Amino acid sequence: MSAYFNYWAVFALMLLGLYATIASDNLVKKVVGLNIFQTSVFFLFITMGKVGGGTAPIADSQYTLYSNPLPHVLILTAIVVSVATTALALALVIRIRESYSSIEESDIQAEDEAQP
Amino acid sequence: MNQWPVIQILLPLIAAPLCALVTREKFAWALAAIITWGALVVAIVLNSQVLEQSPISYQLGGWAPPWGIELRIDSLNAMLLLLITGIAAVVITAARESIRKEIDEEKIPLYYTAYLLLLASMIGICITGDAFNVFVFLEISSLSTYALIAMGRDRRALIATFRYLIMGTIGATFILISIGLLYQLTGTLNMADLAERLPALHGNRVMQAAFGFFILGVSIKVALYPLHYWLPNGYTYAPSVVSAFLAGTATKVSLYVMLRFIFGIFGVDFSFEVIQVQHVLMPMAVAGILVGSMAAIYQDDIKRVLAYSSVAQLSYIVLGISIASETSLTASVVHIFNHGLVKSALFLCVAAMVYSVGSSKLEDLSGAAKRMPWTVAAFAVAGISLVGVPLTAGFITKWYLILAVIEYGWWPLAMVLVISSLMAVAYVWRVLDYLWFKPMSEKVAAHGARPPRTILIPAALLSFTCIYFGIDTGVTLGAADRVVQALLGATP
Amino acid sequence: MTIESIAPALLIAVPVFVALLGAANMSRANVRDGVSIVGTILTLICTIVLYPATLRGENLDWVLLAPIEDIAIRLTVEPLGLLFATVAAVLWIPTTLYAIGYMRKNKEEHHTQFFFCFAVSIGATMGIALAGNLLTLFIFYEMLTLATYPLVTHKGTEDAQRGGRTYLSLLLTTSIGFLLPAIIITWGVTGTLDFKAGGILQGNLDPVYLPWLVALFAFGVGKAALMPFHRWLPGAMVAPTPVSALLHAVAVVKAGVFTITKVVVYVIGVDFLAETGAGEAMMWVAAFTLTAASIIAMRQDNLKARLAYSTIGQLSYVVLGAMLAVAAGVYGAAMHIVMHAVGKITLFFCAGAIYVHTKKTKISELNGLGRKMPFTFGAFFVAALCIIGLPPLGGAWSKWFLITASFDTGHWIMAAVLIISSLLNIAYLLPIVANGFFRPSEDNEKQGIDEAPLMMVIPLCVTASMCLLAFLFGDAIYSFVQLIPLR
Repeated sequence: MSAYFNYWAVFALMLLGLYATIASDNLVKKVVGLNIFQTSVFFLFITMGKVGGGTAPIADSQYTLYSNPLPHVLILTAIVVSVATTALALALVIRIRESYSSIEESDIQAEDEAQP
Repeated sequence: MNQWPVIQILLPLIAAPLCALVTREKFAWALAAIITWGALVVAIVLNSQVLEQSPISYQLGGWAPPWGIELRIDSLNAMLLLLITGIAAVVITAARESIRKEIDEEKIPLYYTAYLLLLASMIGICITGDAFNVFVFLEISSLSTYALIAMGRDRRALIATFRYLIMGTIGATFILISIGLLYQLTGTLNMADLAERLPALHGNRVMQAAFGFFILGVSIKVALYPLHYWLPNGYTYAPSVVSAFLAGTATKVSLYVMLRFIFGIFGVDFSFEVIQVQHVLMPMAVAGILVGSMAAIYQDDIKRVLAYSSVAQLSYIVLGISIASETSLTASVVHIFNHGLVKSALFLCVAAMVYSVGSSKLEDLSGAAKRMPWTVAAFAVAGISLVGVPLTAGFITKWYLILAVIEYGWWPLAMVLVISSLMAVAYVWRVLDYLWFKPMSEKVAAHGARPPRTILIPAALLSFTCIYFGIDTGVTLGAADRVVQALLGATP
Repeated sequence: MTIESIAPALLIAVPVFVALLGAANMSRANVRDGVSIVGTILTLICTIVLYPATLRGENLDWVLLAPIEDIAIRLTVEPLGLLFATVAAVLWIPTTLYAIGYMRKNKEEHHTQFFFCFAVSIGATMGIALAGNLLTLFIFYEMLTLATYPLVTHKGTEDAQRGGRTYLSLLLTTSIGFLLPAIIITWGVTGTLDFKAGGILQGNLDPVYLPWLVALFAFGVGKAALMPFHRWLPGAMVAPTPVSALLHAVAVVKAGVFTITKVVVYVIGVDFLAETGAGEAMMWVAAFTLTAASIIAMRQDNLKARLAYSTIGQLSYVVLGAMLAVAAGVYGAAMHIVMHAVGKITLFFCAGAIYVHTKKTKISELNGLGRKMPFTFGAFFVAALCIIGLPPLGGAWSKWFLITASFDTGHWIMAAVLIISSLLNIAYLLPIVANGFFRPSEDNEKQGIDEAPLMMVIPLCVTASMCLLAFLFGDAIYSFVQLIPLR
């Protein structure tokens, strides 16, 4: 159980993020939830690359046991993607606020239904 | 080394930022159009090469797989490349006039940037042989899609985009989890390598989890019922030509990912015997077919009708995948191609109507045929292909699908297909009834005029291909045959 | 390549070509109408060309294209189909003349659309007649439905719209809901869709399921107007009269009963049907339809509506004949397709002539009109006798065969139904003529002969004389239908 504590943490964060994304009414909070959810996946990748007792992967004859660098590289890309998504989402929220003057989903829905 | 595979991606990828630098709308369009047609030429070259030697493998930066990233082209993704670039080329030809009317002048170069980016990323998804690369391109394509949809004039486009963004990101992240778990298991990201190593791990729970995450994620991307919620609003409020491009390609690319992962990575044995994914996909597909068709009948916006019909049509493809017999996969592969053409043709016709009338509401478009008979005729031709009338492209796939169902003696499923055809008749007919036979609406009377040739001719061209591929099936069925052999033969 | 070998394709191509040529010349009315007339004659020549080979017992075959392996779009000339094609081709000529007269006199709009759809409908009818397999037949069947829809709604009024909607929804629903599944099932159990003498189902389908398949076919062909799927026919009578005449007395409805006959002969197989008795249920449906339709027809005051219900009844004669599953029944059915066509088209022509000339549509208004329009009413009388089945008119032959077939197979009740229904025919058709000639007219302003335009009177006299000729040459027709291979 405790050997897998990292996966439990990832799992908890994942559910937390998903819950926030789905349950909150506020669009910004949804974006925050989405970020938590994505971050949990980054953790998943990073922890899987860790080798017990290994050091950073530096090409030096001194070190023979080192962590797998590839997941880190992958996650760097994923982080960039996530940043871009967040930026785009926030830009959308700004424009939604400009045209609906609200960022509460229920308000927006009510406005849309009132005026087809 | 054969450099065509990398040119296929780089061409639009490099041109995209250049487009953003161009300030004049005219030059931006010209650049984008040249690049897109160029991409089509490259796709044709690649297709002819694949016929001779399959698969083509390209090592990016000279790094041999499985360490380096491999671009890998076989008959399946060669066909997809042709579909994507072909539709992109036709749509961009039609796009200029329509875009000038639907998007603010200063944003137009950015529109073409996003368009090229979307094209590049979809090509990337299809062409890459690296699982993680699929995720990256998937996200690039999603991001550019969000940007394109949000350019719609209606403010509801914004909220539709936002919802799509949430759904799409969750879906992509699920796929990312799946890829991560696969990497953890095998230590490789190369698809061919994965396919070699995974069969030894069939009983492994992590692999099963990876499969579950993947199916969930890709189902969102494919807009499989009940995860289809983002699609109708997205297609409805996007600028018309964007809908035309997306409807023909975006979901098809997701379906490609589904096919590639299920058959090319996880393998038929694992997917259909160990996990028995058909028990999940088939009910969802059947529900999607029925619910999508039913919903399409009751929409009051022509774009919404087509969007819900997409939900149903995509479910046909998923149904074919879930049956996983030779005939059903042929149906699915051909339907990916045919439905792409049909839906793009329909949305382009709608774009032409929106261009002159300024609305896509059925009420506003009633009687439009009197002012633009050719546009409506092109719509009608593509519409009957959507229904699956014999001698149109749609018939070929329906026929194979029904055949596949009968092979197993699943008569209730055959009934579902027939009933859904009937519903397709209903919703296509309802639209045509408005366009052709109802009295002219005020909007049509006031603004209705023949749309510019630059929109009409591409739309008519695509409609014509819907008939062409219903009569000359050698190309599509031949390609599908090779694809299906590869899909089913890839497993030990 | 001889002319024979491409004639089947030409038979479809000519009407379609006429349609396109007519549409291209939409502003020049005389050119367009001239093209129509030349096209009708060419079409007739094409059908005649097909006779020698068919009489020799050869089946001309023409594969148009084969999108999917094993399933081609194919035309095959066989006696039953050729008979139907000839009927349509022959009657198209007077109808075109009549339509030109009708449309001009009545100042209808959208002439070009009208002639375009008209010619396409004929092309589709030819396709149905010569279809070499079920798929081809289905394609042309649907094409006919779609091509005739604009004709039905031609007037553009609310009424026409409503009639058109009933027309389309009923025909499409039945064809896709029943006929298409029937075709798919046939394919599923036999692996072929080609028409073959003696049928393809025997030995492939468990006879237990046959009655259901027969029902799917019979109800799926909505154009045969079996109750309860007959509503479209009276609804479609809002169309201009030439349309009602050709399409709803000849092409569309006959395409329906022709399809059923063809399916019985070439798909199910007469012997298989007879052995299993699977046609029994449908026979009763047909018997009910023809009685009920005759009774309803008696209560209609609108002339065209009465004729429409009369058509529904007469169509069931053909279905009944086919379902008897015996040689005389099939021959009688095939002959009734011909006899009823010439009779009913004349009746509709008369109705149209009366409408164009006097704007009267109700039967109760026709008193004394016969003295004013003697040719029209004379033709009406001849055609009515043909429908009723009295010698010396064509209808006598087909009814004779149908009744003997019922006796031969021991279906006494069916024979009785046929006879009673013929009596009902007398009751609803002859009073119109009698009132027209013998009752005093209500408006006595003008006396003497005052006929409809010549362009309309000549065609209806021609078709009326065809009723007579059909009796005189009944033997020739009978020996031709005997070529239909029953096993």
